[in-house]
Amino acid sequence: MLRQEIICTVCPMGCRIQVSGQGKEVHEVKGYSCLRGEKYARKEFCCPVRTLTTTVKTDSLEEPLLAVRTAQPIPKSKLFECMDIIREKQFKVPIKLHQVLLADLAGTGIDLIACSEREGGNPYDI
Amino acid sequence: MLEKTYDYDVAVIGAGPAGLAAAIAARKQGAGRVIIIERDRVPGGILNQCIHAGFGLSYFKEELTGPEYAGRFIEQAKEESVELLLDSMVLNIEEEGTIVCSNPKRGMIAIHAGAVVLAMGCRERTRFNIRIPGSRPAGVYTAGAAQRLINRQNEMVGKRIVILGSGDIGMIMARRMTLEGAKVEAVVEIMDYLAGLTRNKVQCLDDFGIPLLLGHTVTRIIGERRVEGVYIAKVDESRRPDLSTEQFIVCDTLLLSVGLMPENELTRSAGIQMSEVTNGPRVNQYMQTSRANIFACGNVVHVNDLADNVSAESELAGRNAARYALGKFCPKSREISCIAGSNIRYVCPQLLSVNDIDNGNSAEEGGEKARLYLRVMKPGAQTVITACCNGQVVAKKNVRRVSPGEMEHIDIQIKALRGTGVKEIKIEAEEGE
Amino acid sequence: MDYKSDIVIIGAGAVGVAIAREFAKYKKKVMVVDKRDDVGGDASKSNSSIICSGFDCPPNTLESRLCLASRAMIDKVVEELDIPFKACGAIMPAFTQEQMNLLPQIYKEAYENQVYDVEYISAKQILEMEPEVNPDVLGGLYIPRDAVIDPFLFVVAEAENAAVNGVEFLLDAEVTDIHVIDGRVRSVETSKGMIETCYVINAAGLFCDEIARMVGEGGDFTVKPRKGQFYILDKNTPCKTSRIIYPIPTPETRGKLLLQTIHGNMLLGPTAEDLEDKDDHSVTAKELEEVEKDCKRLVPNIRVQDTITQYCGLRPNRIPAGFHIGFGEKTEGYFGISGVRSTGISTSLGIAKYVVHLFGEAGISLERNYDFIPIRRGIERFSEANDKRRAKLIRENPLYGRVICRCETVTEAEIVEAIRRPVGAKTVDAVKRRVRAGTGRCQGGFCAPKVIEILARELGIPVTRIRKNLIGSDMLSGMLRKEKEVL
Repeated sequence: MLRQEIICTVCPMGCRIQVSGQGKEVHEVKGYSCLRGEKYARKEFCCPVRTLTTTVKTDSLEEPLLAVRTAQPIPKSKLFECMDIIREKQFKVPIKLHQVLLADLAGTGIDLIACSEREGGNPYDI
Repeated sequence: MLEKTYDYDVAVIGAGPAGLAAAIAARKQGAGRVIIIERDRVPGGILNQCIHAGFGLSYFKEELTGPEYAGRFIEQAKEESVELLLDSMVLNIEEEGTIVCSNPKRGMIAIHAGAVVLAMGCRERTRFNIRIPGSRPAGVYTAGAAQRLINRQNEMVGKRIVILGSGDIGMIMARRMTLEGAKVEAVVEIMDYLAGLTRNKVQCLDDFGIPLLLGHTVTRIIGERRVEGVYIAKVDESRRPDLSTEQFIVCDTLLLSVGLMPENELTRSAGIQMSEVTNGPRVNQYMQTSRANIFACGNVVHVNDLADNVSAESELAGRNAARYALGKFCPKSREISCIAGSNIRYVCPQLLSVNDIDNGNSAEEGGEKARLYLRVMKPGAQTVITACCNGQVVAKKNVRRVSPGEMEHIDIQIKALRGTGVKEIKIEAEEGE
Repeated sequence: MDYKSDIVIIGAGAVGVAIAREFAKYKKKVMVVDKRDDVGGDASKSNSSIICSGFDCPPNTLESRLCLASRAMIDKVVEELDIPFKACGAIMPAFTQEQMNLLPQIYKEAYENQVYDVEYISAKQILEMEPEVNPDVLGGLYIPRDAVIDPFLFVVAEAENAAVNGVEFLLDAEVTDIHVIDGRVRSVETSKGMIETCYVINAAGLFCDEIARMVGEGGDFTVKPRKGQFYILDKNTPCKTSRIIYPIPTPETRGKLLLQTIHGNMLLGPTAEDLEDKDDHSVTAKELEEVEKDCKRLVPNIRVQDTITQYCGLRPNRIPAGFHIGFGEKTEGYFGISGVRSTGISTSLGIAKYVVHLFGEAGISLERNYDFIPIRRGIERFSEANDKRRAKLIRENPLYGRVICRCETVTEAEIVEAIRRPVGAKTVDAVKRRVRAGTGRCQGGFCAPKVIEILARELGIPVTRIRKNLIGSDMLSGMLRKEKEVL
């Protein structure tokens, strides 16, 4: 039986929620102040997820990097594997806002999308 | 004198979240020509390097990254035909209100506007401001400068990092550096409590096993050419380091997240009255400074925690700047000082401008209700925030918890103050119900 | 042999560079070597920026003679080389009767040093001249010709002008040995190659004892670092003085002073700590607290909380003390300079003339180079130009239209010029010293990321090789995302 104390991050209250369970099965959740917190704690215990935000390299000379994110949160355990994949890539401008850059990132079923648009065009002249 | 002056209704200095929101609001209010002057090559300000999520939760009811949040405003600015002058630095604001700026292609540019909105944001406290002893090697960076290098310039600052300061920017950089392959040895915080949001402690430090050392500070930087390590030590109740507890942490980079200061060179040189506590201009509830045609919003007024709050405050500034430029802004008859009482570090705006006779305009100017933002001195649980005039409570608010790192607010009904002759309103925060 | 030169000067601080410029007025091939990334040395770039009249030198010494001579020459040199300089004058106030009683001795020594224009002044006069001086003042001395200079530009301008007139500079080059064959200097070995030469001038300051020992001339002295720590305050700090405010000196030390630098920042310091480690440039809390305490006695309202930076310099403290300038006793072709401890920038011009004079006296032929160009124009500062001039600057060079250092209003054009000039900047600190980018209240927080990229672009090297200063002071650890094949 595993007991974990989870600090809820849904709102600034930061309730300390005690979750006990085994593997993906939750037996008891104590210490939450609202249902959102209870739901969050359960998820954190079983399969914690995180939104990955990072940058990718583009071929633009004036702005070499583009901010990207996973369209949905991905399993926390996959963060570094995703980073290893992202690090090796380079993308051509122009890029549209929320354009899918890498589909099904590391087999998570979730896409890596652009956080802003990038125009194509000439490098900055001065 | 420059040969040509360009005329605008409203000129905004800075195209970050504050400036963008102000400019859009000015256009929506009816200002015909609105321009934003921005020193970077792209609009968005600091948001362009804040690639993490957490923006827009209250403003858009969505969770966005900094660039996405900026993108919404940039799009709106385009739709509203806000003009953008990029790669341009405002050099001074002349006495009669003309803004002089420089640009590589266009030379020296003079802009005359009916109203000006200051939205220059802030800069970071340095190791020298807090007088960290030791050598001056390469590898000591403020968190924001490192963030710019990493997220905009594709340049990595170091491999083994110590971060001083547990504010949000410090913690976010801890995660950022770790995901990019650096080893963050510790986040060191001088106070006994976390400076930033708990959520960031969980997702930036706990997730990666980065230790948080509360009640500690950096006492010495070691390394003649490049950082070789830092000494840290416990601090006592007066926050002075106890050198007998010094321990050495090997690292090649020290990131400093030790505070932000509003960037007010232009404000000061324009002769605008400043607040010593916030280091920003003194403003009234219309975000108007001591110079009637100059308004201010965002971090340049007081350092905010959430871009969402900045956007709301900036709309107020933009709207009122437009009204002023269009001649629709009426001078007010009385100023009420907002005083920081017990457990309050500061209140912003510092002034409430009140017309003792309701001329019908103030509702439009957003004047019927004034939102006073405040920060407490000490963290606490259940707390009552009160606003009092002459001993009478005019507004009261209960909050479940307070912390210096989380800005609070209390709303004041202006009509309750009209005709009372009141000169001061005092804000206090007390633990209890 | 990688290089060949008539004279090799070891050390590109104020003394070495002044000597180089002086020799450039003759038909002699001169090469200056320094292990640092830039000219400016160590003590020459971290001092109180004072060019002193010589009033408080030890009387009847070579030092005082050369200080007096330098002070007489410097007005012309700063004009020739476009160096920021101001004869702001100095006040030495006395606050107790004991201190008042010490003034006559100081006044007498000033006279012995041929500084005749030192005067007694009253408390009333002091407070009229400097209202921020402690109102408990009883009286004091006024030294009208003590001055402040930009110490970085002083040396940079001399170096640039020397280079234009044929002097070569080899930087990042540590002298590892001096080869002496049959009792005379033949070559200098450095980390960047071997230089064939007959004459070596040792102007290595803190390390001049180690250089001297390479030719067996350093047996009778050592050099230890005497650290001096400083505060610099924000230009906006409300409490400022126009003149240098000196404390009454003690037998051990001149004491901690206050002054307004040529660029308008208040400077407080220095300490005087005798140490062992020549590589220790750390600032320390306890000593800086002493600076604050001592300076507050002179100017009680000084706001040390407005500090924007703290730094230290290591004075080369010769033991036994005293200026020693002359040819070596054993080794032909070796010329040593040691003992220049507190008055390096103030005596450098005199030392240069003296060295050339001694070379002449030794029978070394010195033919005048009448093609020597004494004039050097500084990099025009956008920050000091009016709007009309600014408009013209940008029209002629668009890079003047991009401000890089917000705090000091320094433009890209100035930074590029600083890199491209002879003996140009190759590191972030070298840029800082030439055009002030990074010397403001944010201390490079805003501009350093941009300066790094401008340096890389101008020098044609990857951004990851840009250093703060010395070898090993890399600003970055690598690129974040490498160049890849495009998807």
